Amino acid sequence: MVEFDRVGLRYGPDAEVLADISFNLQPGSFYFLTGPSGAGKTSLLKMLYLAQRPSRGLVRLFGEDLVSMPRHRLPGFRRRIGVVFQDFRLIPHLSARDNIALPLRIAGVSEEDLAGPVGEMLSWIGLDDRAHAFPPTLSGGEQQRVAIARAVIARPQLLVADEPTGNVDPEMAMRLLGLFEALNRLGTTVVVATHDIHLISRIDNAQMMRLEKGRLADPTGALRYPPANRV
Amino acid sequence: MGHLPMIIPRVPVQHRRLLPDRRLSGPTPWVIAILMMLTLLAAAAGIGLARAANNIGDAIAGRVTVQIVTANPVTRAEQAAALTRRAGAAPYVRGARQVGQDELLATLGQWLGSAGGDDPVLRSLPLPALVDVDFVGGERAGQLAQLRALVAEVAPGARVIPHAEWLGPVARLIRSLAWVAGALVLLMTLASAAVVIMTARAALGTHYATIEMLHLIGATDRQITRLFQRRIAIDTAYGIALGSVVAAAIMLLIGWQWSGVTSGLAATASLGAAGWLLLLALPLLAIALAALTARLTLLAALKKIL
Repeated sequence: MVEFDRVGLRYGPDAEVLADISFNLQPGSFYFLTGPSGAGKTSLLKMLYLAQRPSRGLVRLFGEDLVSMPRHRLPGFRRRIGVVFQDFRLIPHLSARDNIALPLRIAGVSEEDLAGPVGEMLSWIGLDDRAHAFPPTLSGGEQQRVAIARAVIARPQLLVADEPTGNVDPEMAMRLLGLFEALNRLGTTVVVATHDIHLISRIDNAQMMRLEKGRLADPTGALRYPPANRV
Repeated sequence: MGHLPMIIPRVPVQHRRLLPDRRLSGPTPWVIAILMMLTLLAAAAGIGLARAANNIGDAIAGRVTVQIVTANPVTRAEQAAALTRRAGAAPYVRGARQVGQDELLATLGQWLGSAGGDDPVLRSLPLPALVDVDFVGGERAGQLAQLRALVAEVAPGARVIPHAEWLGPVARLIRSLAWVAGALVLLMTLASAAVVIMTARAALGTHYATIEMLHLIGATDRQITRLFQRRIAIDTAYGIALGSVVAAAIMLLIGWQWSGVTSGLAATASLGAAGWLLLLALPLLAIALAALTARLTLLAALKKIL
């Protein structure tokens, strides 16, 4: 599904923030990306959700080379990826319902057709009664649930979350993780960047990717050559 | 009307809400209103002056006055009559007319302080005989040369005075003023476009977080551009409408006062049907220009974001 091969990233003339990153993400898998602050987790995620092109190396997503892909084709790929941010990034003047509906509206789904999925999503995150509330009036946990609902409503094949539990209490963090796990069971590949080591132990069969100083620790080669790919 | 969606794109109501509704809250509509008003007034002045210059040019280009200064009044009168007759028969002349003595005295009386043409002092002046000749359309230099030859034959020593010689500088001055007005229209159009560019860039800056999120969830540049283009085009249209109404009121006021001016060069200035049509078209062109400028600015800016 996602293949990175000797990928490097630098901003401007500075030294590379990521170097020789190679991995292969399997469809339907669950990955945690960990590492100390400044290790390059967010930069790696940016490349995953197509907000950044690598400076070198090969990136393949859904079977296509993204490095040389023309810019006008990127929106089609982005619609297959859901993104959740630590700071939620909800549009403050849109209601919770409108924020959740946004990806479907951008994809051209009619109002009639999106009413059902948006309602189901609001129920799934437990915010039916807050559908018309605006983000500034929602708690941190509620905002993050709306952000998750927005990320997954279009049934993305890949879900990328950057410190999604960083701004919520431990109980809410577990609820949010439960949402990710449920989505993963439906076949979505999930990549969660986190510092929270307790979170990692809660998901069975999750794989861990650890970044240190811009390099991916993969001592067994399992990330680069997952068991399913081995001959 | 078929092009209206290109100028003010149709955007679903739910998408319009992506930009907060703060219509007319910024300075753009008001700045555009002022620029539009000045543009229309400059354009009206330019059109009026250009038409005046053309009217004067048409009037003077084909007319000459022959001044016969022969000392003997009987010979002078005979020469004037002969010139009027022979010039009038020439194929290159549309009409020839001897200016009457009373007409000359009346004109002189205005300058010398005599109310009527029966002033004995005025009548004692040795006035030249004047013959106005109007050429038919055609090659002026050749016609003038033929008339000069005729004058030399019929009234030796008479002076041929083309009107273009003394009224030409005035027409050129008016034409220059018309060009200055045209340049002002151009400059204000450029200033309006610059205001739209700044507005578009400011809008992108203000809503950068929204744009970034829209990109991440798969919005195309075209979708985002339509959203902002619509907002900017509507804001600009409000400004243009306001500026046009104020300019129209000023033009009507000036036109009303102008209608009282019936003499001299001022009477030659008017806008004409084509002028009014152009003035009506200017606001529509301005809205289209603003929308196009906004669209190009937005697309160029969005291309810098991955």
